[in-house]
Amino acid sequence: MIQIKNLTKRFGDFIAVDQLNLTINAGDIVGFLGPNGAGKSTTMKMITGFMSPSSGNIVINDKDIQADDISAKKVIGYLPEGAPAYADMTVIEFLNFIAEARGLKGKQKKTALARVCQQVELDKMLNKTIETLSKGYKRRVGLAQALIHDPQILILDEPTDGLDPNQKHQVRNLIKNLAKEKIVIISTHILEEVEAVCNRAVIIAKGKKVFDDNTQALRSLAQQNQTVKIEFEAGLPDISQLKLAPGVKTVNTLDNNTVEVTSDANYNGLFSQILDLVHLQGWQVNAMYLDSEPLDKVFRQLTEEAA
Amino acid sequence: MFFAIFKREFVSFFATPVAYVFMLIFLSLAAVFTFYLGNFYERGQADLGPFFNYLPWLYLFLAPALAMKSWAEEIKSGSIELLMTLPVKVWQAVLAKFFAIWLVLGLALALTFPLWLTAGYLGEPDHPAILTSYLASWLLAGAYVAISCCMSACTQNQVIAFILSVVVCFIYLLIGSSIFTQGLQTLLPSVVLDTLSSMGFLNHFEALSKGVVAASDVTYFILVSTLWLLIAGAVLNNKKSA
Repeated sequence: MIQIKNLTKRFGDFIAVDQLNLTINAGDIVGFLGPNGAGKSTTMKMITGFMSPSSGNIVINDKDIQADDISAKKVIGYLPEGAPAYADMTVIEFLNFIAEARGLKGKQKKTALARVCQQVELDKMLNKTIETLSKGYKRRVGLAQALIHDPQILILDEPTDGLDPNQKHQVRNLIKNLAKEKIVIISTHILEEVEAVCNRAVIIAKGKKVFDDNTQALRSLAQQNQTVKIEFEAGLPDISQLKLAPGVKTVNTLDNNTVEVTSDANYNGLFSQILDLVHLQGWQVNAMYLDSEPLDKVFRQLTEEAA
Repeated sequence: MFFAIFKREFVSFFATPVAYVFMLIFLSLAAVFTFYLGNFYERGQADLGPFFNYLPWLYLFLAPALAMKSWAEEIKSGSIELLMTLPVKVWQAVLAKFFAIWLVLGLALALTFPLWLTAGYLGEPDHPAILTSYLASWLLAGAYVAISCCMSACTQNQVIAFILSVVVCFIYLLIGSSIFTQGLQTLLPSVVLDTLSSMGFLNHFEALSKGVVAASDVTYFILVSTLWLLIAGAVLNNKKSA
């Protein structure tokens, strides 16, 4: 369990993390969201013991990490931002080093190495120098070193940044398939990623927590402000009926064929409502879709309020 | 944990040509200094005096060159974040890197053994004195490495680390040298000069090279190395809370 109390980090006059409180239990897969510079990486650096807080404390498994950072470091696997590694080592040399530094020996080390290489599919690259690897493979090496001691807590700073869609999918599956009793914290600014892998979302902005709930709550927050776009086949018909439909707040005409309908704050049946109306009126419609970025909107609202 | 880092550091020198090139340069320069500048044959004495006299000046550039990347590169590439989040104490990492570099220098020094054999072939050198000279040289190398590791921890730029190290090591060399003491004889009281020169490398090095293993001289080098490693540890710890 991780308990964060009044965590604050100042760099000179700049407050990177401001009185953050957070309790993370076993089984939580936390999506740690926020705009760039919100304090995500700084918070992660403090949890992993790389940086010390200006004030406040972090307790991991009932031990304050300021007093005993070694016990905390033993149970944490960490992928720093950009997956740094020793570029002149080969993959296997590097993983061997991390395994040894984490106290794995002999057969135990061998099994661990085989397990992580299979988990992140590195088998073919073992004898390549890390500096010659592609971005995707470098990220996998970073993941492998974070997983090698089968840590109870896994902290991944932007694990899918710079990966192609296939690689992203692989990494997400890997995280989802980790043992259920682990704690996983993933920082990202991709909201879909949080929905895809996490069961809890924490959003911070300007070092302050602005949202902390399960991912369904984030989703329903998004659905409170639905927008539906309708593309008509040939010109706009009389759309006065749209404005009268239940739940509709505004109707904007975007161009000769398209209108955008926004719902009232707490109405989440907008799409089916509009669909019924379209049928009823016998409108010829090319396409009709729910705004593709509702989560982004929530993200913007939450993080801009703090600004 | 200590051993894993020590091993990685040590092996990393041999993974690239760095260690080999270093040893080649070290051995060639040692030979040049001994035979060419030191007039090894012309002196008509079977000892390694010329070699050991020039060694402190040779180390002045080679030790910082070997140690300059120890921390600077970790800081620059961000791998320090990886290293410092392993279950390792800062002092363990500092010592591991120090010993790895010190051992490489020790190996290079050991490879000068043909000089010893040559002296032995040509005459009857004072073998125990040569042995203590080797010990003195290695201790001196340790002090150089400790200073250079500390400078490397202060910056992410290897060139800056190198230059700072050379400057600090040069000061240590200079204050014990006769050029310095003679030059300032008229300007400074002899108490100050004596204190300064006892803080420099050369007096202690020369005392040990003569075959006299005094505890104070050995302790001096260990203290200087420890001091600079402690500063390196403090600098790294300070980065954490910066």
